[in-house]
Amino acid sequence: MNIIVCVKHVPDTESKITIGGDGSSYDTAGIEYILNPYDELAVEEALKIKEAGEGEVTIILLGPESATKTIRTCLAMGADKAIHLVEENPLRDGASTAEILANTIKDLPHDIVLFGKQSVDQDNAQVGLMVAGLLGLPAVSEIVSMDVADGKATVKRSIEGGVEVYDATFPAVFTTQKGLNDPRYASLKGIMAAKKKPVDTNDFGAVDSKITVRKLENPPARPPGKIVGEGAEAVPQLFGLLKDEAKVL
Amino acid sequence: MSGLILAFGEQRNNAYRKPAFEVTAAAARVAKEAGCEAAAILIGSGVADLAPELAKYGAARIAVCDDAALKDYNGELYAAAVAQAAAALNPSAILFPASAMGKDLAPRVAALLKTGIASDCIELKAEGGKVQARRPIFAGKVHAWVEATTDCFIATLRPNVFTAEESAGAGAVETLAFAPPEGGPKAVLKEILQEASGKIELTEADIIVSGGRGMKDPDNYKLLEELASHLKGATVGASRASVDAGWRPHADQVGQTGKTVSPTLYIACGISGAIQHLAGMSSSKYIVAINKDPDAPIFKVADYGIVGDLFEVVPAMIEEAKKLDQ
Repeated sequence: MNIIVCVKHVPDTESKITIGGDGSSYDTAGIEYILNPYDELAVEEALKIKEAGEGEVTIILLGPESATKTIRTCLAMGADKAIHLVEENPLRDGASTAEILANTIKDLPHDIVLFGKQSVDQDNAQVGLMVAGLLGLPAVSEIVSMDVADGKATVKRSIEGGVEVYDATFPAVFTTQKGLNDPRYASLKGIMAAKKKPVDTNDFGAVDSKITVRKLENPPARPPGKIVGEGAEAVPQLFGLLKDEAKVL
Repeated sequence: MSGLILAFGEQRNNAYRKPAFEVTAAAARVAKEAGCEAAAILIGSGVADLAPELAKYGAARIAVCDDAALKDYNGELYAAAVAQAAAALNPSAILFPASAMGKDLAPRVAALLKTGIASDCIELKAEGGKVQARRPIFAGKVHAWVEATTDCFIATLRPNVFTAEESAGAGAVETLAFAPPEGGPKAVLKEILQEASGKIELTEADIIVSGGRGMKDPDNYKLLEELASHLKGATVGASRASVDAGWRPHADQVGQTGKTVSPTLYIACGISGAIQHLAGMSSSKYIVAINKDPDAPIFKVADYGIVGDLFEVVPAMIEEAKKLDQ
């Protein structure tokens, strides 16, 4: 089984994001980068599938030179090898990202292609499904369970008030949602082994963006609030304000 | 603008979901700004009777794609139907709700139409012959104004943000034939398991009562559930700390690695206000914070705060909320 996991190198969720001087980029100085939290789920699921049978897990990362750190994290968790598509633009749109990844994946053996459901920087939640569309593969997004047997997977995805159950025959694309598994930590042995695993640096041709950023803005500041009071005795006043001032009750 | 603005009228079980009206009204507003028409597309089986309702929200034309194969949502089939509608109607923008269905459908449509998507938008405007969208990135720490470089712009709109205001549209209903993709869908829907609880979806709730580490024990969420039960349109949410502790399901998590919510009222109980949490809820219209620590960051975004022990404050709130029922 050939399993491909596409991952992203993103600012830690604790990071404060500052808009750059040009107004359309963000200041990357001083930011700590991590493996995108939803992609951790995808890597973990790939490793579980591999361990339950046989197979090879290949990581693909589109991102800056410094993202080697995130690739090593995936390899230390247990992935076998990686392809690094190097580019410095951290705000590339989802459609052109999907095109670059689809072009790379189509030339590789692939039975299962996994993505996190979204990256926590741009929050697009679209790349995995677009790659599936471009490659003509079946896809199920935001899966919360996955059972692999006989060349297909039975997966569940949460919808409002319920769960949809799908069967998808490989090759197929899945995007992963929290609740699917508990990602492992890399062991010391894994970290040592990762240093010897192959990482290819591939080129990709120029691909035009389909969505452009006109400008970045800070979200409007919330008006200053007030402390209504202390303890239970402040509750009637709070409800009065919610009814008469905010008019939300 | 050359083409029309097309809204996806989301339905399940042959009933509209609330975001269908929000998206149609948003299409009507931006079409008016752009000087073009708003249309809607309705996809399903036996849904023709539903079509005229979208005219109330400003749809000048309503395209209906009615086929037995489209009874339940399947991303591949619905994407084919939307792409066929786009070929017939030539829209300059297609708007979807950022719901479970819309988030799954829009990227599939974009791949078929060779265009891009602005996801989870919170504001739209027509400028310079193009539709521009404001969308939060980094879970709302920054907002981006974006537009398409292609002829057709696709956007998903965050539920609960765009008002479903009524404006009369001509509502001319037209029928579109559906040509299924060759060989049928490759991912097959086996079944839909309904949740028994009937819990209101977090992203679509009017009021969210949310609990954090300060709840101390999963059993204590009963207090929040009771408070929510006395507030109309309310549901219960949770911070990452309480989800990571196993107190609440992942589906309840509000914040950067959970759901981004925009209710009318967000009541944060025992939530300190970590940056990841604030990112997920600071677009709420009103925020109430209850916390023991007067220096907790949550008070910086709260409209109204009570400093105190939530185990004393929340029971008093339940008593006040009961009075609302009467």
